[in-house]
Amino acid sequence: MLSKRIIPCLDVDRGRVVKGTNFQDLRDAGDPVEVARRYEADGADELVFLDISASHEGRDILVEVVKRVAEQVFMPLTVGGGIRTLEDVTRLIQAGAEKVSINSAAVTDPGLVSAVAKRFGCCATVVNIDPKRVRKPDGSVIWEVHTQGGRKPTGLNALDWAIEVERLGAGEIILTSMDADGTRAGYDVEMTKAVAKRVNVPVVASGGAGNPGHLLAVFRDTKASAALAASIFHYGEFPVPVTKRFLADHGICIRI
Amino acid sequence: MSGKRLVIVDYGMGNLRSVQKAFESQGHAAEVSSSPAQVASASHLVLPGVGAFQDAIANLRASGLAEPVLEHLRAERPFLGICLGLQLLFERGHEDGTHEGLGFIAGEVVRFAKQPELIVPHMGWNTVEHGPAAQQPGSLMGSVKPGEYFYFVHSYLAKPTDPSVVSLVCDYGGPFTAAISRGNCHATQFHPEKSQGAGAALLNAFAKLG
Repeated sequence: MLSKRIIPCLDVDRGRVVKGTNFQDLRDAGDPVEVARRYEADGADELVFLDISASHEGRDILVEVVKRVAEQVFMPLTVGGGIRTLEDVTRLIQAGAEKVSINSAAVTDPGLVSAVAKRFGCCATVVNIDPKRVRKPDGSVIWEVHTQGGRKPTGLNALDWAIEVERLGAGEIILTSMDADGTRAGYDVEMTKAVAKRVNVPVVASGGAGNPGHLLAVFRDTKASAALAASIFHYGEFPVPVTKRFLADHGICIRI
Repeated sequence: MSGKRLVIVDYGMGNLRSVQKAFESQGHAAEVSSSPAQVASASHLVLPGVGAFQDAIANLRASGLAEPVLEHLRAERPFLGICLGLQLLFERGHEDGTHEGLGFIAGEVVRFAKQPELIVPHMGWNTVEHGPAAQQPGSLMGSVKPGEYFYFVHSYLAKPTDPSVVSLVCDYGGPFTAAISRGNCHATQFHPEKSQGAGAALLNAFAKLG
């Protein structure tokens, strides 16, 4: 049976993992290779690297980081953050990323999603969707897609946009609630449920995980194929094996 | 042919470094090569690949690699196809039209049949069980523990005409071919190079064949 995936997300800035990582036995908690290795040993199912460096120099460093990680860690790796062109994607795939995740550029240049899917296959093409609850003038509430870390509204309804990115060739959607992100109060289950019901590709729930119960809720109540989380793993409160054991004990199909 | 020489065929379909590194992590030297002569000299040949069937078979033919790959297969030297490298062994692929494959194994490559609730691509870790071809003594795929997890990512699957070539079976909306084996020719739909310890063990066992 296909297991639900548990995916730690690492923020990378100029080649270093930023935000805390609480692995006791790491020589250097900022080195992406060491952190990735540690997550591999912990049985994480995949890794997501999110590049938060703004500069071109930072992007060159990222390609090197991906290369080093892919050479030493034998698990799937998705890389996202600031991808604008097919050239960006090509460099990351050639460096060893399995999948690339396109966020803002999918909105401004939807043709990029199709181009990536055509060149590298839909299995390598991931689109990030970052919705936020917005009340419209008529009083209705929609999940509006935002870009640039939730700062810029796009006017797109997440439910429609999810269908559109699937049509464009995305083979997976990382769905990050801008309302829940950083709160550690749980995923936006209602939104994840609504989006995952609309599409036929895997949906990765993201934003808001604070404890293993939050992962359980999103797997139990939605069709999400995977759950992405950062702080609960990084700070060592609920390491990957503890989280996985909890989910398995509660009847979720998990690779232990 | 003198001694062991493990060659990974580079025909422009994806990054092959992780396959190479996975072999190296198990103590086996592995060359990545796009040269027909080098491919022809391999004792152990690995055909990986991600992307579209059509591009893959076109690249393989255009680069002059299809012939040495087929020659290796016909000579029954150890061969391992991975993902698209499994699909290319078949007669035909039905991805964006119908395209001829290498035709070494009889059968077709088709998309997962549309079913309500079935999410495609099949992406993630799934368990495998032994098929008929894993039952033979000393079988490579027989060394895989039933119930072991491997990493899959694909929308198309292989349907062999002769079910006795199936060495591993996976279940996703029904049973499908996770690996085939015939003589020294083996191929997996999953990615051993992305399957942590279980995958490394399989690559190690392959490199030790023959």
